[in-house]
Order: sequence, then structure tokens, then C-alpha cells
Amino acid sequence: MKWIGKQGLVSGLALSALLLAGAASAKDDITIAMQLEPPHLDPTSAAAQAIDSVVYVNIFEGLTRFMGDGSIVPALAESWEISDDGTVYTFNLHDGVTFHDGTTMDAEDVKFSLDRARAEDSANAQKALFAGIDSVDVVDPQTVKVTLKEPDGNFLFNMAWGDAVIVAPESIENIKTAPVGTGPYTLGEWVQGDKIVLNRNPGYWGDQPALAQATFKFISDPTAAFAAVMAEDVDVFTGFPAPENLPQFEADPRFQVLVGSTEGETILSTNNKQPPFDNIKVRQAMAHAIDRQAIIDGAMFGYGTPIGSHFAPHNPAYVDLTGNSAFDPDKARALLAEAGFPDGFETTLHLPPPSYARRGGEIIAAQLAAVGIKAEITNVEWAQWLETVFKGKNFGLTIVSHTEPMDIGIYARPDYYFQYDNPAFQELMTTLNSTTDPDKRTELLQQAQRIISEDYVNGYLFQLAALSVAKAGVRGLWANAPTAATDLAAISWAE
Amino acid sequence: MSRNLILGAALSSLVVLAALLSFVWTPYDHAALNIPAKLQTPGAQHWFGTDHFGRDMFSMIMVGARTSIAVALLAVGIGMSLGVPLGLTAAARKGSWLDELIMRGNDLVFAFPSLVIAILITAVFGAGAVNAIIAIGIFNIPVFARITRGAALSLWEREFIMAARVAGKGAARISAEHILPNVANLLIVQGTIQFSLGILAEAGLSYVGLGAQPPTPSWGRMLADAQTMVSFAPHLALIPGVAIILTVLGLNLMGDGLRDLLDPRIRVART
Repeated sequence: MKWIGKQGLVSGLALSALLLAGAASAKDDITIAMQLEPPHLDPTSAAAQAIDSVVYVNIFEGLTRFMGDGSIVPALAESWEISDDGTVYTFNLHDGVTFHDGTTMDAEDVKFSLDRARAEDSANAQKALFAGIDSVDVVDPQTVKVTLKEPDGNFLFNMAWGDAVIVAPESIENIKTAPVGTGPYTLGEWVQGDKIVLNRNPGYWGDQPALAQATFKFISDPTAAFAAVMAEDVDVFTGFPAPENLPQFEADPRFQVLVGSTEGETILSTNNKQPPFDNIKVRQAMAHAIDRQAIIDGAMFGYGTPIGSHFAPHNPAYVDLTGNSAFDPDKARALLAEAGFPDGFETTLHLPPPSYARRGGEIIAAQLAAVGIKAEITNVEWAQWLETVFKGKNFGLTIVSHTEPMDIGIYARPDYYFQYDNPAFQELMTTLNSTTDPDKRTELLQQAQRIISEDYVNGYLFQLAALSVAKAGVRGLWANAPTAATDLAAISWAE
Repeated sequence: MSRNLILGAALSSLVVLAALLSFVWTPYDHAALNIPAKLQTPGAQHWFGTDHFGRDMFSMIMVGARTSIAVALLAVGIGMSLGVPLGLTAAARKGSWLDELIMRGNDLVFAFPSLVIAILITAVFGAGAVNAIIAIGIFNIPVFARITRGAALSLWEREFIMAARVAGKGAARISAEHILPNVANLLIVQGTIQFSLGILAEAGLSYVGLGAQPPTPSWGRMLADAQTMVSFAPHLALIPGVAIILTVLGLNLMGDGLRDLLDPRIRVART
């Protein structure tokens, strides 16, 4: 190309040099999209997972914390000693930890946080985590002693939850909109209905994270989610809502798809107090009427692991009990006849918005119809679901994913919305909570899985998969979701 | 007869025939799930392909036509049976407080965007075909009331009505025996147009999940279900979309054609 003069060539070189320079200094900001916007930013006073997805280990930290592989490691507590009888935990706190407002984090703040969470009038969504605490005492500014009523093998695990993070009394009043924690990121800006921006905290006590800024975007519509990722408007989408689109991202070299496990047991929740579901034969018949693989393939496009009880398959104590409820429509019909419903019966099926429920519900309704059970579908929004089903217990059947880790204990609560009342199981859970020996605990947990599986309390469908899409250059994302979290400090861009 | 009328009538009757046929025959059971056979493209076995649950799209379109027609027809029925008497009453009592009450009430209903209110009604009273019918029907009332009153007012000035009054007939009898037959043409034309709007409204409500609930197929919900799959299975969205377009187009063409044929004012102007 003769017509390019000397000057053109020189400026061309200069331009490419500039471009190279731009590429060499790694990108240090990221845009992460998720479906639900948090209602507020206080993880210690609401059950909403969306709060933890933004603030957990970014803004707020606890004494211990979850890692991406589900393990529990020290966080604000540097180390701890456990008394021989297992009831006294003495935590040694990290030196020089400050809150974002400059105040020092010390044993008084730990005492304040734990006492606040377990108080009579506490708004904490997981008060059971703190129920075993007898007293919290400040030994010195760097040491705090927690005394339990009885030994609790779960205590360090409990302290890692987002509901157990350490907060400061000075900033507690406005925590919902101006959260002040000890974490590696501070709240920059929150544009309601759109995004939350977090900035790197230069005064962080630990290592400085790679990313200087992170923007969380909230895109609830699956079609818009697909478009936003395709157009590269967002760098990461965690909890991608449309599994049917993942093969396209996998085939596209611009993206990576992460498929991991979650703590979400997806179940056909059954109102155990409402006839005819108070009859175990009816529940067993439904379990045999359901073809799990068809639901996983049809609703989740193959993403999901079949379960036969309320327990995560990646947990070491898991027992495969799917055999208890193998797909067998003839057996289902026979059981219905035995229960006194040879022609089936009518009931309702409430479906919240996620596609596992809406699509799964259509499939289950068809499968139940095949054995004579007519389930009338009602699609509901989350608010309506909470009101009618969860609080009002006014339902026959519903589909929902229980995403809290290790939540088999909900079956010991007769007032919980599916209303399973079995004193033997409740006693088992009491024994489990006071057992610290790991082998004994595993045995008890397996016994618990068997009891609810053989009682056919709910229809056990599948373990929800953690589905994320990211640009190919993003490193350090959690594939699994042991708890709701976006660990920004672990994320970086490939050079 | 105009070309519009013929084309419109042909399209409309095709849809009606498909809906009627679906009562006795569809190629497959429209509600039968066959997950391994999901997302097939149109072909010899499944003429319109299969959806994400492996259901036969052709059967779903046929039964969906039934849903659309039933909802729209009943909604127009509600609108006519309430709107026409209101319009006749208002015209008969022109200028009275009753006329004012009816017409200002109409204005009130008219002032709201109809689909938004239909969404509100179904959201409050629950989603479902019956509530969709009521919601769409309510918005048809003022349409028919207005058109009836307008046409009836000019009739009340005519000599044959004067003659009827002189003969001692009351307003109610005159309305029923003389006014109504003379506005019937107009109502048929308007009914056709409203019918097509009803089909569109039903599709809109189903699209946002407030129309007929699964497993009853509905074109609007088929569209909504297809949204995330457009990029790899475009037939899922195209087929119900085209069905809605052709039905609404057919009804509108037929409505226009009928107006040309039946409306006395246009007929006079043409000759």
C-alpha cells in the first residue's frame, strides 16, 4: 500500500504501541450480573440470598468463612482453642482490623454482633445458628470467649454464615443502606433497580484484591440475561436463569460456562397436614408417579443431579435413596387404590417464577395426571408464594429449591410450611446437634435422610446446579455455590 | 363483495375450522409430554415441530385457537350484551342524568389503557381464562355503548321513529323494535373488530402469564415460553406469532369488508 506516507506509518505504529500498552495493563474492574436485586444490604436481618451474593466476604466478614470448595477457614478469627468438653470456644482475633469507617474491630464488636443476632427481638433470619450460645465474653480486645450450652459440632460452620458476620455498633443504624464492614470492598454506589458498585478498600487488613472495582447488575428477565451476556454488556452472570442457552455460550470461544453444585434441594413440597397428603400411601404414590430424569431434561435441559432425600449429593454423608421413589406409574396407581383413591383426586400446584418451578410444574402436573391426580397449576410471584404457601400454608403442592446449606433440620419443625410432624425425627435432630464425633454425626445424618425418604415427606426431585457464564478471561470464579456469595477477592482477569 | 372480505373471511374461517376440528381430532395429544423428542424442527412427523417438552406444535396451535376464540368470543359477548342496552338507554334518554351517568362512566373506563387494567384485574382476582374473559369483556362495554348511542341518536330524529312515538310506543319498545335492528349492521362490523382485539388481548395476557393456565395451550404463552429459545429454535416463536398475526389480520380484513358491505352511510356514498 504505497499511498501510506511515512507519517501515516509512524502514527500507525504509535497507535499499535498504544493498543499494546492498553492490553498489557490488566483490566481491574468487572461487571457481574445476577437475577435478583437485594432488598437491602444487611445480611444479619433477612433471609434474601441476594444480599449475601453482594456483601458476603466482600463488605462483611465473620469469625470464619466459606471457601469456594465448601470448606470452612478462619476469617476475622486468626485461630481458636476449643475446651476439652467442647463447650468453650476462645477466638483470637486478627490484629489491626478496622471497619470501613475507620473504627477498630475488636472483641467488643464480636460480642455485640453475636448478642444482637441471638437477642430475643433479633431480626436474624437464622436464629437457630446462635441458639446454642450460652454467653459471649470479652477476655481482652483481641480475644473473645464463646460458651455453648452443650457441645455443638456445627459451631464453626454456623459462624461462617452470612447471618453471622461481624458488625459495628457505631454503624448499625443505617446498615441496610450504608453497610460498614471489615471486608476488602466498600459500598460505592447503589442505584436502586439497576446496580450496586463496590470499591476496593485500601485499608483492608488482608491482601489487597486484584480488582479495584466491581459492579453488580440485576437482570431478572431470562431473555434480557441472554442478550446482556451475548452483547458483552456484563462480564459474568452468576445463577444464569436459562439453562437452554448454555450450549450456545459453550460453543462460543468468547465465553466460559461454569457448572457446579449448589445447596439447593429442589422438591415437590407437599402439605403433610392437608388430606389426602396426610396419608403416606398417597405421598408414596406421587413419588413413584414422578420421572425425575424427565424433569431434569425438560425443565433444566439436563443440568441437575437426582436426589432421593433432602440432602446434597456432594456432601460426604450423602446416601443415594433415589431407589425409594423409582419411576413406576403402575405402582403409583396401585398405591392410590390402596389409599382409597382408585380414581385419583384433585389438588393445587403453586409455582413460583424460576424455570425449575414453572417448567418442572408443567411436567409434574402431566406425570401426576397420568396416574389420575389432577393438579391445578397456579403461577405465583415470590411475594404471593411467601404469603400463601410459606406463611399461610394454604396449598396442596408446590415446587421450590431449598438453598440453605445443611438444612435437613427443617424437617424437625412441625410448624414449617410443609408441616411434617415426626417426634422420632425431631429427637434424632436433637441428638445430632449435641454430637461432635464426626463418624457418629455421619451415621445420624444418614439415618435422618432415610427417615424422611421412607416417609415420602416431599417429592425429592433434583439438586439444583450452579450455572454461571463468564467472559473467557475471568479467573477465580466459584463454580460451586456452598453458600450465596460472590468472592470478589478471588477474581482476576487473565493476563 | 370485496377482495378484503373474501381473504379475511377465508383466514378467519380457517382458524375457526382448526379450532372446531381440535375438539374431535388433533395429530397428537396436545398435552402429551415427550421430553426425548423435544425441540424438533417442522417436518413430516411433526408438521410444526415440537416444543421444549416434546409436545406437538401443530396440535397445540389447533387447541390454542380454541382458547383464543373462546376467550375473545365470550369477551365480545359480555361487551355487547351490556354495552348495547346501555347505549340504547343513553340515546333514548338523551341529555338526562341517566345519559350523563352512562356516558361519563364509559369515559372513565375508556380513560385507562385497556391491557394494563386487564392485567390489574387478573392480578387481583387471579390468573385464568375466566378472569381474562371478564377483564377483556369489561373493556368492550364502552366501545359498544358508544357506537350504539351514536348511531341511535341520529335515528331518534328520523320520521319513522316520530311516527312510532305518535303511535304511542314507549322508549323501550322503540329502542328494541326500531332502533336496534337499524344499528345491528354497525354492531356486527364493530363486533368483528373487537373480536380481533380480544384475540390480541388474550395473547397479551397469556404472554405475561395471566391468561389460560397450563396445560391449556394458548398462543400468547407459547410465545412467552419460546422467548429464550428463539436463537436456536426460532419455529417455537414464529409459529404462534404467525398464527396470531394471520388471525388478527383475517378478522380485521373481514371487519373492513363487512363495513363496506353493510354500513348504509358508506354504501350510499359509493353509489
